[in-house]
Order: sequence, then structure tokens, then C-alpha cells
Amino acid sequence: METSFLTFVLINIVKVILVVVILLMSVAYTVLLERKLVGRIQNRWGPSRVGPFGLLQPLVDGAKLFLKEDLMPLAVYRPLYVLAPMIALTCALLSISMVPFGADIRWHGVQLFQVSDVSIGLLIILGITSIGVYGIALSGWSSNNKYSLLGALRASAQVISYELALGLSLIGVVMRAGSLRLRDIVGVQSTHGLLSWNFFGGFQFVAFFIYLMAAYAETNRSPFDLPEAESELTAGYHTEYSSMKFAMFFMAEYANMITVGCVATLLFFGGWTSPFGSFLSGSGPVSTALFSIFWFVAKVFFFLFLYIWVRGTLPRFRYDQLMGFGWKFLVPVAVANIVVTALWMGLLLPVH
Amino acid sequence: MHLALFIIFGALCVAGALNLLFQRHPINAALSLIVVMSSLSVLYLLLGAEFLAAAQVIVYSGAIMVLFTFVIMLLNAGKEDRTHGSKMAYIAGIPGAAILLALLAYIFLSRQGAFGQARLGEYMVSTAALSQVLFRNLLLPFEVTSVLILIAILGAVALARKEH
Repeated sequence: METSFLTFVLINIVKVILVVVILLMSVAYTVLLERKLVGRIQNRWGPSRVGPFGLLQPLVDGAKLFLKEDLMPLAVYRPLYVLAPMIALTCALLSISMVPFGADIRWHGVQLFQVSDVSIGLLIILGITSIGVYGIALSGWSSNNKYSLLGALRASAQVISYELALGLSLIGVVMRAGSLRLRDIVGVQSTHGLLSWNFFGGFQFVAFFIYLMAAYAETNRSPFDLPEAESELTAGYHTEYSSMKFAMFFMAEYANMITVGCVATLLFFGGWTSPFGSFLSGSGPVSTALFSIFWFVAKVFFFLFLYIWVRGTLPRFRYDQLMGFGWKFLVPVAVANIVVTALWMGLLLPVH
Repeated sequence: MHLALFIIFGALCVAGALNLLFQRHPINAALSLIVVMSSLSVLYLLLGAEFLAAAQVIVYSGAIMVLFTFVIMLLNAGKEDRTHGSKMAYIAGIPGAAILLALLAYIFLSRQGAFGQARLGEYMVSTAALSQVLFRNLLLPFEVTSVLILIAILGAVALARKEH
């Protein structure tokens, strides 16, 4: 089916807008989920007043943040103070463009469930994440506030240290797939359902746990939330921010959580494929699409739940413990995982 | 399309480099350097080196420049003072730079055929093909380079270590 350039552009624009809207909505409702779940963990109700079960709370929160006065402190360095939240949010929203949400279904030659299918998708996600640090670093420095600066310094040091472990933990998966394209990585895991997932059949569970811990540190979430440790640094790097600029940092954090959940699903848990092989994975194009989206969303939801569960359960690290854990434990284990995976693939698997 | 992207990002690269020289505050200079490195990665991508482009962003714009800004933030470096520059720079430096530029331009333009087949947007070297070359044909030089970097790290540790 030949498509004209105009239809191609139009479909893609609609797709991008849809993905961004859905992502922002899921960010809003992840916040609600977190407040509800942490509430239940701490034996209280969480938000319950606005709408049925508090379901309209995110909309009200959004309106509140939007209508608040946007304070500009006098002593800040303005260009970077304004730029920093934009960098943070842009990078958080950009990385979702590489993520395939569902099976490879095309309409007029355009993939419906992925913004762009790039042959180095995984590397691009890593690259965007590493640029995202500047949002935090610059916000802390430009705020001209001791607490913000300390938070930003902690964040930069933490992200650089854990990025190494995170990158190394992905190499085993990439070796198994022989490709950096996210669709190929899922394709390797789609043959026998649950048994061929990298987490189980690929013996990459060590890599998975390293990835998970490093990713929690990368997104500054508990138990690695030292950059915004409220007991020591008031609010860390976003102390001086208010109104929409604060909301942009907040949305960036939750969007990054969702991206981490998506990447973990794609790399270790078979992406959009069914855990039961061809059972419950659909036959026609419509049912295939629906089932693949269902499985993907279910897996990502599990990771978001895990994030919140961990936050409600674990206490925060001390700074020296954080650095020691990253450099002396995670990095060596990740290297060992690469060596073992390489030996296993070289010696035991048939050469293709 | 490729030519338009090349012109945009080439201009961005040069503008970032000039801004780097003219900015007086180190953090602005560091940010301009990030712009230069990121636009360089797009130029690599246009020439078909996808892995190099991604590595450029992850390693240079990501890790190394974060360390730069980290150090600038940590030392709380202030604005630099402008001097009139040394006389040597005006007498020898500017003509020297001009001669070097002219020489390089002349060589690049006259010996175009000798620089391989890299063209704007003609083909993409896949990461798999690149690793085949690195880990089969050029394994020894590649590994020797990593040992070289290891030696540099050891040297840095030895220098930074305090005598007890």
C-alpha cells in the first residue's frame, strides 16, 4: 500500500500527540496511585474526597499547580533557572518515543504502537537519560541556594555512578538479542512465552536486579532519593521552584519512572508478548493489538506498583553507603554477569 | 533533507564553539560545549556512524560534561577576567591558525578521493558490522587501547593518592 508523504506526516503527528497525552495522563494517575498505595501501606486512606475514590484528584492537583503564582526568586541565575525544568521534562518525554507499546501492526505503512523504530533505540534511551541529568544539575546551581546545590551535586554524582552499572547490566540482554533495536530484543523473547523471557529463560535475572536498582537510583526514587532528602535538604534541587516549574520536575520524575518500567518490561519481561506463548495473544490484527497492549500495560503497571511498594517499605541510604553500593557491589556483579553470559553463549549455545 | 540537517547542525556546532569562547562564565562555556558535542553526534549520524553518534552523546555530552559542570559547581568558579591577551597571540597565533586552516582546507579539497566512501546519508554502518570489525579484524589494537586507558586511570589514582 503506497502512502503519500502527507498522510505519513499526518498519521505520525496524531500518533505523537496521542502518545504524549497518554503519557501525561498516566503520569497524573501514577501520582494518585502512589498517594493511594503509600496511604494504604501506612494504614490511612490517601486522597478520597475529589470524585469517586478520589479519582479526580490528579485533575484538581494539576489545576492547582497551574493556577499558583510562579515566583521568581531575586538571586537566581535566570536563563538556567528557566531552562532547567524544561530540560528535565523534555528528556523525560523524549525517551518514550523509542518504546514499542504493542505488536508490529501497520496502518498505511506507519507503525501504530511505536513513535519511531530506530536500530539503536536502547542506546538512544541511555543517551537521553544521561542528558536529563543537566535538568537537575543546572536547577540546583542556578537556584543560588545551598540546599539546592547540595541536592544537585548529590544527584549528578549518583547518576554518573549508577549509569555505569545500568549500562553494563544491559549488555547481557543485548548479547542475547544481537541487536540494539528494542523490537528485536522483544522478538528473541517471544518464542515460548514466559520461558523465553530474558528474566527466566535467558538467565538474566542478575542483570535485571542490577538494572532495577540502578534505575531506581537514576530516577532519584526511594531508597536512593538523596538528592531530595527532605529531612536534610528541605526539598533538594527543586527547593526554589514553584507552580508549573515545580510541576515540570514532578512530571519528569514520574515520566522517567514510567520509562524505566517500559524498558524493564521490554528487556527482561518479553515486552508486549503474552506470558503463555500463543495463548491469550490474539489471532486477527485487532485482537493481537488489544492483547499486546493489555500485556504491556499490565507489566508496566507491575513495575510502577513495585516502585511505590519499595518507596513505602525501605529507608533511605546514607551517602557513603550509596556510593559504596554502586561502585563496589553493582559494577563488579554487572561485569561478572557479562562474563558469565558470554561464556554461556559461547560454550553451550549452538553457533548460528 | 540530509544536506539541510547538515547545514543546521553544522551551524549550531560552530555557533556553540564560538559561544564557548566568548562566554565569560565557566558554566555557560560548559553548556556551549555540550551543544557542540551533541550537534557533532548528529553529524556523525548523518555520515552513517550510528553507534559513534550514540556513544558521543552518552560518553561526551552525558558523562564527561556532567563531570565538568559538577566540578564547576563544586568549586563555585566565578566569572573570568578579560585580559588584553599576549602580543605573541596576535603576532604568531592568528596567522598560524589561518595558515593551518588554509592548509587543512586545501588538503581536504584536493585529496577528496583518499578519504574513503563516507558521504552524507548514503548508507548506515550497523552496530553489528562495527563490532565485527572491532572484535575480529582489529581485536589487538582495540584491546591495547583499553590497556592504555587503564594505565591512565592507574596513573590518576597514583597521583591522587595521599602519602600516609
